[in-house]
Amino acid sequence: MTPLLEITDVRKTYGDRVVLDDVTLSVQPHDVVCLIGSSGSGKSTLLRCLNLLEDIDDGVIRFEGYEITDPRVDPREVRQRMGMVFQAYNLFPHLSVLDNCTLAPRRVHGLSRAAAEDRARELLTTFGLAEHMTKHPDRLSGGQQQRVALVRALCTQPQLLLLDEITAALDPELTGEVLAIVRDLAERGTTMVLATHEMSFAREVATTVCFLSEGRILEQGPPAEIFTAPREERTRQFLRRVLPQ
Amino acid sequence: MTEPWSPSLRELDRRRVRRQQRARSILISSLAILLVFAGLTGLLVSSPGWDRFRETFFDWHHAQESFPSIRDGFWLNVKLFLLCEVAILVLGLAVALARTARSPLLAPFRLLAVLYVDVFRGVPTVLLILLLGFGVPALNLQGLTDDRYFWAGVALVLSYGAYVAEVYRAGIESIHPSQVASAEALALSRAQTLRFVVVPQAVRRVAPPLLNDFISLQKDTALVSVVAVFDAVFAARDYTGYTFNYTPYVVVSVFFIAITIPLARFTDWLGRRALQRERAGVR
Repeated sequence: MTPLLEITDVRKTYGDRVVLDDVTLSVQPHDVVCLIGSSGSGKSTLLRCLNLLEDIDDGVIRFEGYEITDPRVDPREVRQRMGMVFQAYNLFPHLSVLDNCTLAPRRVHGLSRAAAEDRARELLTTFGLAEHMTKHPDRLSGGQQQRVALVRALCTQPQLLLLDEITAALDPELTGEVLAIVRDLAERGTTMVLATHEMSFAREVATTVCFLSEGRILEQGPPAEIFTAPREERTRQFLRRVLPQ
Repeated sequence: MTEPWSPSLRELDRRRVRRQQRARSILISSLAILLVFAGLTGLLVSSPGWDRFRETFFDWHHAQESFPSIRDGFWLNVKLFLLCEVAILVLGLAVALARTARSPLLAPFRLLAVLYVDVFRGVPTVLLILLLGFGVPALNLQGLTDDRYFWAGVALVLSYGAYVAEVYRAGIESIHPSQVASAEALALSRAQTLRFVVVPQAVRRVAPPLLNDFISLQKDTALVSVVAVFDAVFAARDYTGYTFNYTPYVVVSVFFIAITIPLARFTDWLGRRALQRERAGVR
């Protein structure tokens, strides 16, 4: 099977600072890849590079078999087939929940208002947001807002979902609320790459876990292997600090 | 350390493509600019009254003749602008603070501030200049100057002070309540909160609209000519009165443009710099 996403030797620098160094990673359809590692290890930058929000400085990213890092590729074509959710939700405060979710389907994907709203209503209802559809995002709790952000990304029916520490701004209860949805999506076969600090979640849901340190993938493998028998000393150190003993 | 990084062949190729794309967009934009401007010029020159128009408005001889008196007059505009600007900034901030004051003792000032803004924003600036420029000297008050130039300046300050006060107020009110809360949690008084936390952020935020108002003020110094102050516009009108040639008006316009354009670019630059500093890396 050809991988959905294939990252080869990707390098990204900000001035003299090397943020991603020789990152190589392959994502098969229905994979759930968890990026773990301390803050500043390059998790977020990697996700932003995948969505072409940042230009990479070397290497290749292939998506659905095509190289998307070619400057001749229109990034909007790529982003139409990828969804992204941010740590700070980044909902549009001037639009209602429903309008947030139908903006891209209507304006970018050319759906009619009725079709876009049908799809959004269905997803919002599935994720327990039916009663909030006409509200503006600032009226909702953080967990609700993040669920809306997830629905907004799903409404465009992306082939790949990028989640950037989507629970980092939430308390444990709300975190559970959001992760339940991600777990649900994983079970339905959604391909995802997510940066996360939730180790137990990564262990349970991920098909592959990547440990990043100083812009490199030090170690990657199935969660059972990474969490129980890490090869690298750095991974062990990191896990000792974040896992409850 | 491993060996130093050098770009792969693919990356070099990618850079070449990016260079080509940049070159291509520069070429397209140059062509588009050339085409549009050539078209506009052609339209102007081919208009039926063009020759007559050129004689009346773009006569080199008259431009040279009127230049010295316009230049001297323009110096008056510049002085007026610089002096008024300082006064307006102070007055505007004072009024804005009075309007946002919550202390019961300051209630009369709050009321005064509201009245002032309502009245002076409502009266056309040119009327204010006429009223003060001719009115105050006519009162024959002891100890007050009857210099029309001075009173025209006061009229500009009062008119623009009201606008600028509202700009400041919008800035002050745009600062998020959490900033006030965290200042108060540090036991700062309300005055200290304003002085050290709210106003510095507000001023930074409203700097572009403030500068916009000052570009506008620069042009409106031309209004003082209505009370027979010998500024650049008055000098130009004086000249056309003798010669029936309107070239001096174009000369005055060039003078004004020559100082507003650099100020406008400076405004843009300030705004960009502030954005870069406060939102570095956020996207």
